[in-house]
Amino acid sequence: MKWEVVIGLEVHTQLTTQSKIFSPASTAFGAAPNTQTAVVDIALPGALPVMNRAAVDKAIQFGLAIGAKVNRRSVFARKNYFYPDLPKGYQISQFELPVVEGGAITINVDGVDKVINLTRAHLEEDAGKSVHEDFHGHSGIDLNRAGTPLLEIVSEPEMRSAAEAVAYAKALYSLVTWIGICDGNMQEGSFRCDVNVSVRPFGQAEFGTRREIKNLNSFKFIEQAVHAEVRYQIELIEDGGKVQQATVLFNPDTGETRSMRSKEDAHDYRYFPDPDLPPLVIGEDWIERVRSELPELPAAMQARFVSQYGIPAYDASTLTSSKALAGFFEATVAAGADAKLASNWIMGDVSATLNREEKGIEASPVSAVALASLIKRVMDNTINNKTAKDVLKKMWESGATDPSVADAIIERDGLKQESDTGAIEAIVDAVLAANPKAIEEYRSGKEKALNALVGQVMKGSGGKANPAMALELLKKKVG
Amino acid sequence: MTVRTLKALSGLLATGKTSAVELAQDYLTRIDQLNPVLNAFITVDADKTLAEARAADATRAAGNAGLLTGVPIAHKDIFCAEGWKTSCGSKMLDNFVSPYDATVIEKTRAAGLVTLGRLNMDEFAMGSSNENSFYGAVKNPWDLLAVPGGSSGGSAAAVAAGLAPVATGTDTGGSIRQPAAFCGITGIKPTYGIVSRYGMVAFASSLDQGGPLAHTAEDCALMLNVMAGFDERDSTSLEHAKEDYTRDLNQPLAGLRVGLPREYFAEGLAADVAGAIETAIAELKKLGATVVEISLPNTRLAIPSYYVIAPAEASSNLSRFDGVRYGHRAAKFDHLVEQGASPLDAMYMQSRAEGFGDEVKRRILTGAYVLSHGYYDAYYLQAQKIRRIIANDFQAAFAQCDVIAGPVAPNTAWNLGEKNADPVAMYLEDIYTLGVNLAGLPGMSVPVGFGSNGRPVGMQLIGNYFAEARMLNVAHQYQQVTDWHTRAPTL
Repeated sequence: MKWEVVIGLEVHTQLTTQSKIFSPASTAFGAAPNTQTAVVDIALPGALPVMNRAAVDKAIQFGLAIGAKVNRRSVFARKNYFYPDLPKGYQISQFELPVVEGGAITINVDGVDKVINLTRAHLEEDAGKSVHEDFHGHSGIDLNRAGTPLLEIVSEPEMRSAAEAVAYAKALYSLVTWIGICDGNMQEGSFRCDVNVSVRPFGQAEFGTRREIKNLNSFKFIEQAVHAEVRYQIELIEDGGKVQQATVLFNPDTGETRSMRSKEDAHDYRYFPDPDLPPLVIGEDWIERVRSELPELPAAMQARFVSQYGIPAYDASTLTSSKALAGFFEATVAAGADAKLASNWIMGDVSATLNREEKGIEASPVSAVALASLIKRVMDNTINNKTAKDVLKKMWESGATDPSVADAIIERDGLKQESDTGAIEAIVDAVLAANPKAIEEYRSGKEKALNALVGQVMKGSGGKANPAMALELLKKKVG
Repeated sequence: MTVRTLKALSGLLATGKTSAVELAQDYLTRIDQLNPVLNAFITVDADKTLAEARAADATRAAGNAGLLTGVPIAHKDIFCAEGWKTSCGSKMLDNFVSPYDATVIEKTRAAGLVTLGRLNMDEFAMGSSNENSFYGAVKNPWDLLAVPGGSSGGSAAAVAAGLAPVATGTDTGGSIRQPAAFCGITGIKPTYGIVSRYGMVAFASSLDQGGPLAHTAEDCALMLNVMAGFDERDSTSLEHAKEDYTRDLNQPLAGLRVGLPREYFAEGLAADVAGAIETAIAELKKLGATVVEISLPNTRLAIPSYYVIAPAEASSNLSRFDGVRYGHRAAKFDHLVEQGASPLDAMYMQSRAEGFGDEVKRRILTGAYVLSHGYYDAYYLQAQKIRRIIANDFQAAFAQCDVIAGPVAPNTAWNLGEKNADPVAMYLEDIYTLGVNLAGLPGMSVPVGFGSNGRPVGMQLIGNYFAEARMLNVAHQYQQVTDWHTRAPTL
């Protein structure tokens, strides 16, 4: 039987606010345990939550960015359960009325666009952390993270493969980091995915029973976990078993998913509106203010890059994969580089080197203006493309933030392109004399035959000959 | 004993006839003598009290005294106060010393009031007789066989017995008004949102409201001036402009329309209570008020509605008492592990089983039940609908009258132990006070006489939102022509 995979994601994004969602304590990561806790975070008797409006700003930003409905009235509810890292014995979340409803994100898998609809996004507080070492058999609790604002983003079950699930997670990641509501630090848990997976025979309308893989914090794990889960479910059904609704954990070491709790022992969370917090009312003026502060979104920027800079759609799409990359490109062009050349260089050598060094564009040792000054030397024929690659390497090694660095290296290493006809002519003559066969081929109509000779001229000049000029001379002489 | 009002004490301090230290010593001595009988205080700390008193005298010497600087006050053990044990009447918090001040405490400190100690109460403010305290029942100063009312029973008993001139209290379903009535003093529960709940241990967040208990309406007004005010640390606090609650005290009552709810004078109201209330209303008429009969048709529904909503909120509010970070943790819970519980669950279960008393457990169970899957709509949502209907009934009534008057409770104080076996019978005693909390309205209790058993009777005044000044005016004018508020029990 052919099986269809059905996937929906619930993503917890930590919002980049200075203070917690209901308390004045700081959200900064990495402080000594329990030092970033106000009375609310420890849940002292009598402590009361106060909504952090900056967290709401970010939820609105997200809603606007995905074309969703920002609810004018949403309600905070209490989700009741006991756990040591949940000091109040309930989590403040949104249940029946979330702040954001609907919206969509476009993903691209193998060159094909697909729209994934979102169900909702709601504000809630994070829990603390249990610490299981160094306490002589006891567990420790660190409440620094308790009360960190989260936006839980829930998709419709519209993904049909691990690749689509990963593409969705990446697209969402790119969006939330783009608009700056999340710092995207996955190791620190800023972006955590719960993935709901079910399978059904192709053509069947009803969904199969789903299992939820909790807390995946890397794209690689999403892919591996979905594969493992799909394999498990199909094998189970084909062996005559039935999938039971459950929450599971993925173990990256074994590559398997393991059931954490079944539906039978699922909590009754006894949700009810939090009487300590009035409904969150968002007026038109609030939404408009946030809208005016919203950065240009990737899709709009992509279209602008095509029209404004005349670069191909593919380039525009790649360059807008992150806000930092797009900014680097625009800064390079603004500093005088040709747009297509800038695009080629950034998508080519710059990105390749960054990838090799596992760095983001923010960490590039060559600044946009420095890159632009190099590209300008290619544009004005001071150096050829190949030399430019070597210069970039040197700039990379020494670090280049100043626009003068490229010129200084060209000068120091004597890399200026040879455009003196006389000097090149001598090399051309020598090359022609050594390659009678190529001349014959060219004369018999094989235009490309001379290209190989250009390479030899370049070699003979130590890479400094202007390749266009060399080709021209070759043609003239053979012609 | 003669009743000493805040007003009078303020005058003595201002004219140098006494000092804060002297007053504090006076009261501490009286507490020493009478608290063993009354059990109104949970914590007394003379060193702390005298330090505060000395500071108040220093403030006065420096010429910075306010109206109430140096006047003693006692606090219900529900308001977190830095350095003071804040037990909420529970074993669960018997070891909890608050590291921070509630807003109400901050405000009373800022006004220079001197803390005499911490007052007994029903555990987590759940009760109408103050018998549900881990620290034992409080006795009614008028009759040591009687309950003082609850849950602010310690507050009412302390003021009535002259162990404090004024006390703070909280009122979730009548917990200021009913003990004030049972102990023959004056108490006011303001409009919900007027007094900050920050630092006030939560019982039922949407109903809880702090307020003062004192001898007179004037003292209540002075205290409300201290306690009320917008607080950004409480999201349910109202951004209501600061008021002077004494401003209308001396207004004549001519033209005042007093509404008498038919349902408050129906079957179930004891004849002696009814008689005292009717006499008081006749007094108001003499002062120029007119009387209109009104109807609050859903009065009876207040009881089931309240006893769904309050436990629901309480079940969640009390979840934080889990033995993990502070409060009581069971020393042993191995037997539960042997029965199959995880060590963590066993710790939770045993700590909460030991830390909470019966009434608290009863309400946690009720509350968890009405919020659980499949019952939420039938109980919690239904109760919220009734709540709205009750609020609407009051608004309809206020179209016909300025204040509503009636009994605080159907009976005078009952005997200690009398209603313990039947919680529902005790819940029914709250019938006249619950609606005010459900609607978020201000309500107060004014002493208007004594029942046939010699125990005090209180008249309830209910105002529309923010009508505190008007209610206090009515009570104050009444107290100008009567002397019930000046009566003191013989101890």
